[in-house]
Amino acid sequence: MSTFYFIAFLSIFFSILVITAKNPVHSILYLILTFFTFTIHYILLNAQFLAIVNFIVYMGAILVLFLYTLMLINLNKDSEPVKPFMVKVAGVFGGGILAVALASSLKLVAQSNPVVLQNPELGLVKNLGKVLFNEFLLPFEVSSVLLLSAMVGAVLLATKDPKTAA
Amino acid sequence: MESLTNTIHAVPLNHYILLSAIIFSIGVIGVLIRRNAIVIFMSVELMLNAVNLLLTAFSVYRGDATGQVFVFFIMALAAAEVAIGLAIIVMIYRNTNSIDINVLNRLKW
Repeated sequence: MSTFYFIAFLSIFFSILVITAKNPVHSILYLILTFFTFTIHYILLNAQFLAIVNFIVYMGAILVLFLYTLMLINLNKDSEPVKPFMVKVAGVFGGGILAVALASSLKLVAQSNPVVLQNPELGLVKNLGKVLFNEFLLPFEVSSVLLLSAMVGAVLLATKDPKTAA
Repeated sequence: MESLTNTIHAVPLNHYILLSAIIFSIGVIGVLIRRNAIVIFMSVELMLNAVNLLLTAFSVYRGDATGQVFVFFIMALAAAEVAIGLAIIVMIYRNTNSIDINVLNRLKW
């Protein structure tokens, strides 16, 4: 039980560091640590498939993509734009209001049963594969079209326009 | 395995909701206070992940595998979204030589 609270504290701590770090490269490294704590959360919930997918897709693919883009863009630290102080205070205030609203609406629900894993097989690959390929076969196939269109779109957007480049 | 699943037995569902709400709010604050387009994009990823964690917690709570399948689809969607978004950011950088979002205030509608 205390493992959850320790990991939850680490998640919040690292995610605060993500948005406050001055250097964008440090932000990405802290984001990797945040996603690692999320992987531990999934393992604690016995969602093993999601833990592995989170590890491979988020930490392996998405964040490498972020780092690569940042290195291609080659930012200087002194060109890092900073918002005015009052805008920052207003942003933190607005986000805090959102957190308080969510937490207080949670209090109205007043349902705090413990999370109990009834079926230990729930998050395993075998069970999820059966659900995915029976009930969700059509969305699964459509998502392949989505990934293909994303690939085509990324290539189309990132290549230089021959008319303007010349 | 048994000892691992026993560790969550005493965690109330409310605490998972609270954790996800806090991390979602941190993502919102990150979008509001930063001007670097890549950091804003990372805050959006943070929000997506908070929702993913909550969906998984509800899925375990209800004993229904559908929530975890939804998380799987959200992850596929996030991969596509990141590829497109970073391509757009690279294109913006090529045109304006910065990734400051205030450069884009000439966009209408």
